[in-house]
Amino acid sequence: MIEIKDIYKSFGDNEVLKGISGQFKPGVTNLIIGGSGSGKTTLLKCMIGLHHPEKGSVEYDGREFTTMNFEEKIEIRKEIGMLFQGSALFDSMTVEENIMFPLNMFTDQKRAEKLDRVNFCLERVNLTGKNKLFPAELSGGMKKRVGIARAIAMNPKYLFVDEPNSGLDPKTSIVIDELIKELTEEYNTTTIVVTHDMNSVMGIGDYILFLHEGKKFWEGSNKEIAHTDIQELNDFVFASRFMKAAKDKF
Amino acid sequence: MNFTNFGRYILLLKAVFRKPEKLSIYMKAIFKQMDFIGVGSIGLIAIISTFIGAVMTLQIAFQLVSDFIPKTIIGSVNRDSSILELSPTITAIVLAGKIGSAISSEIGTMRVSEQIDALEIMGINSPGYLILPKVLAGITMVPLLVILSMVLSIGGGYIGGTLSGAVSAAEYVQGITTDFNPYTIVVALVKAFVFGFIITSVPAYEGFYVKGGALEVAQASTRAVVVSCITILACDYIVTQLLL
Repeated sequence: MIEIKDIYKSFGDNEVLKGISGQFKPGVTNLIIGGSGSGKTTLLKCMIGLHHPEKGSVEYDGREFTTMNFEEKIEIRKEIGMLFQGSALFDSMTVEENIMFPLNMFTDQKRAEKLDRVNFCLERVNLTGKNKLFPAELSGGMKKRVGIARAIAMNPKYLFVDEPNSGLDPKTSIVIDELIKELTEEYNTTTIVVTHDMNSVMGIGDYILFLHEGKKFWEGSNKEIAHTDIQELNDFVFASRFMKAAKDKF
Repeated sequence: MNFTNFGRYILLLKAVFRKPEKLSIYMKAIFKQMDFIGVGSIGLIAIISTFIGAVMTLQIAFQLVSDFIPKTIIGSVNRDSSILELSPTITAIVLAGKIGSAISSEIGTMRVSEQIDALEIMGINSPGYLILPKVLAGITMVPLLVILSMVLSIGGGYIGGTLSGAVSAAEYVQGITTDFNPYTIVVALVKAFVFGFIITSVPAYEGFYVKGGALEVAQASTRAVVVSCITILACDYIVTQLLL
C-alpha cells in the first residue's frame, strides 16, 4: 500500500499541490484524475521522488520515502515499475534490450533466463516476436505496451502509469486499460494511474482521487462518481454532452 | 558558467562518480564510448593535424628570412609548437565540436523524452550510467588522439616543407631531433587529459539539465560547444602557466 499525507509542492510562487492525502491499496486500480494543471503529474512525481515535496510524506508499505537517502530510495525504486506518458523507451535499444535492461542491471540471471522473462513479458502484452524492433518502428499503442512490459519485467510491487491513453485511439486505449487492470489483479500490485480519460475512469477506476486546483476534492469508486453532487467533479466528469446525456439517462 | 551553474556542475560530477550498479555494463559502455570518441575521430584528427603541420612549416619558413638562422630551426619550432600547443588545443577544440555536441544532444534528448526519468525510476544512478563512461573514454582517448596528432603534425610539416622546397628533408629531420625536451610531451598529455575531461563533462552537464523540447536541446548543444571551447582555452593557459 502507498499512503500519501498532506503533500505540498510549489514551483516558485505557484503552489501546485495544497495538502493532498490518500491511500492507494494493492490489487485495485487507483486513479488520480483532474483537469490540466490540477497537479496530477506533479503528485505522481512527488510520490516516485522525481520532485521533492516541501511538506508531507509518502509511505511505501510503512516505509517513509521522502526522508530516505539516495541508497535507500534506490532500494524502493527497484520495486517500482513505471509507464511514462511518452513511453520513454530507450531509442538506441531494441524492444528486447529495453525490457532486458533492468534485468541486466539488477539481476545475475543468465542470458537465457533473461530472454525467457523478456518473452514472457512480451507475450503478456500481446507483442510476441517483436523483440528485434526499435522504438522508432513501433506504433504509439505498441510503444505503450512495450513500456508496460519493461515496467513489469522486475515483478514490481508498485506500478505507476502516467496518462496511458494519451495519443491513442479509443480501441487501443481500452486494450491498455484492461491490460493495466489485469496485471494489477494478477500480481496484486499497488497501481496508480494518472489520467483524464473518462473511459479509463469508468472502466477501471476502483479507487479514484479527484484533484482540482491542487486540492483533493473527492475520492471514491467509479460506481460512486456518477452520483456525487460536487460541482467541480461533475463539471470535469460530465464535461461532454455525451457524458451529460448518459448521466441523465443513468 | 556562472556560480550557480558551476555549483550544479560539481554536484553532477559528484553523482557521476558514485559506485556503478554493475561494473560489466559500465565497462561495455566505456568501450563503446572509446570507439565513438577515439576511433571515430581518428580520420578527422589525422586530416587536420597533417595540414596544420604542413601550413606551420610553410609559415615558419616564410618568417625566418635571415641567413643567420639555420633552417633546422623550422623543424624544431614546428615540433615544439605542435607538441606543446597546436596538437592538444586544436584536437580538443575540434573534438569539442564533434563529440561535445553529440553528447549534449544525446543526453538532452533523453532528458526531454523522459528516458532519464525512466532510468531514475528503475533505481539507476542516471548521471553515473550516462556520463561516467563518456568521461572515462574522454580522458583515455583524447591523450591518444593528441599523440597521434603530434606525430602527424610533425609528419605533415615534413611533407609540406619538402614538397614546397621551404626546407630540405635532412634539415627538417635534424631540426626535429635536435634539443628535444621530453618534458614537453608530459605537458601536452596533462593538457590532453584535462581537455578530455572538459570535452565530455561540460556537454554532458548542458544536456543533463535541459528543460523543454527540440529547440532547447539544440540550444544546449550550441552552448555546450561554446562553453567547452572557452573552458579549454582557459585551462590551456592555467596548465601552461603551472607546468612551464
